[in-house]
Amino acid sequence: MGQTISEKILARASGQETVKPGDIVTCQVDLAMVHDSSGPRTSGKKLDELGVPVWDMDKLVVISDHYVNLDTPESKNVQDICDAWCESHKVKHFIRNQGICHIVLPQEGYVRPGHFCVGADSHSTTAGAFGAFMVGVGATEITGVMATGEIWVRVPENVRMEVTGRLKPGVVAKDVILKICGDHGIMGFGYQVVEFCGDGVTAMSAQDRMTLTNMAAEIGAKTGIIAPDAKTMELLSSWGVSGVDADAWQSDDDAEYAKRITVDGNSLAPQVAAPSSPENADDVGSYKNVKLNQAYLGACTGAKLEDLRMAAQVMKGKKVASGTRFLVAPSTIKMREQAAAEGTLGILEEAGATILPSGCGGCIGLGDARLAEDAVGISSTNRNFVGRAGPKSSKLYLASPYTVAASAVAGEIADPRDML
Amino acid sequence: MIQKGKAWKYGANIDTDLLAPISALTSAKPEEAYTQCLQDVDPTFAPNCKEGDIFVADENLGVGSSREWAPQYLRSCGIRIVLAKSFARIFYRNCFNLALPALVCAETHKIETGDEVEVDPIKGEVRNLTKGETYACDSVPEHLMQVVADGGLMEHLKKKFKKAS
Repeated sequence: MGQTISEKILARASGQETVKPGDIVTCQVDLAMVHDSSGPRTSGKKLDELGVPVWDMDKLVVISDHYVNLDTPESKNVQDICDAWCESHKVKHFIRNQGICHIVLPQEGYVRPGHFCVGADSHSTTAGAFGAFMVGVGATEITGVMATGEIWVRVPENVRMEVTGRLKPGVVAKDVILKICGDHGIMGFGYQVVEFCGDGVTAMSAQDRMTLTNMAAEIGAKTGIIAPDAKTMELLSSWGVSGVDADAWQSDDDAEYAKRITVDGNSLAPQVAAPSSPENADDVGSYKNVKLNQAYLGACTGAKLEDLRMAAQVMKGKKVASGTRFLVAPSTIKMREQAAAEGTLGILEEAGATILPSGCGGCIGLGDARLAEDAVGISSTNRNFVGRAGPKSSKLYLASPYTVAASAVAGEIADPRDML
Repeated sequence: MIQKGKAWKYGANIDTDLLAPISALTSAKPEEAYTQCLQDVDPTFAPNCKEGDIFVADENLGVGSSREWAPQYLRSCGIRIVLAKSFARIFYRNCFNLALPALVCAETHKIETGDEVEVDPIKGEVRNLTKGETYACDSVPEHLMQVVADGGLMEHLKKKFKKAS
């Protein structure tokens, strides 16, 4: 019987010939990632308590992105702890305040197809867009990984999620994943790995696919994964990764899936998730007269270079509605610089955007993009739970970069297809 | 390992932003941060939860962020066992790593806040003493119960490294 990509990776990482769903195996970790919140201040401290060194400094990446650029003593303290710990432990791969870990990690060449990776953050699933199997864990769990280089894994069932047809202009990965979340719920694929495939995925850019795997976390999945193809290799190569055998990390034709689900790409409309869950997704047209105080393009989900380009495509020659604040926090500094150099950022600024520093910021209710009391916002981020991006009284809608930009221009939730 | 306590019952999709709000994570008084646990859902929970109480929820408990403060705050409030119809996977692992058994129980809808509940995680049994009912729980992988018996993953690792040296 054939194996899926995920099973091949888990078999390789656990030193088995094959694995099957339900097996509990111990995997050797190819790469562990922590950030300033889940790293030095928490797991770093715990590792010191164990009194053992990091198992392999070549395989640990520390990225500060959560409490960066914030003017409070507590957040500065988190940064100081992070800086000091990385220095005293001679952390080889410390990427300080360059943007959000899930985008910085592949951008800096750390993600490779076929690798088994662990990240101390729930959106670590993002790396699956490159054919890596990456899962999120908590602080104590990653302490164990940093100490031993291994972790127990229950081999998940596989779900084959096929996006058929071709997405229409103005409809992107974010709409696909919100649609899946709306149809199947935030626990839709609990403990399973979702493999995204089909013509709709093949046609997507490699960067846009990252949005699918990023939000695998919002459909309950253990992780999401996409078979690497020429587009994947091209993007990875531009990020300095070479010598990868993409053919080795494909699912066999006779691999077994617990479920096969299709999403009709041809008929998909832009999706918007109403407060306060990503599963409250519906076609953009069903939201009438939803006035917005704020529109936010940010996070690991929705402010990559291509996401900024989507917004610019909508906003070129237009202005943000009066009464609506449009904030843009590019996912990484490198992407912000690229967007600036090519004129994308200029278009957004011309339209009235305020550019914020790169970091988790508004997505987790920190910094200038935190929603005010009673405010209504729309954002390209991944979660809109009560209290996440602002106080309990605030309301947050989730949508694609296209829809966020169109809504910023309209001052209310709007269909981007009317502005392209 | 049998626990007896008062049940605190909540619904589905209790997420980690509710269990551990960002304001708690950046609190100037980290030792009191746990008192913000569930403040947006039930402000009476944290001040009234007693040592040994049992947290009961519906589907998908702990969905969201990997922040370990979510189960840690429940522990700090006094919770010693967590029951739900299903768990978000990171939260599930975090619970065991902090020596907080997380048991999957299909009948949590029969439990109400205030019920006196006795849980035997080894046997996989929940006894609702108030209602005189018994519910079954799914079995827990053996290695996870060992982690709990050791007092959490940190103690488990300490034991392991001590043995090795």
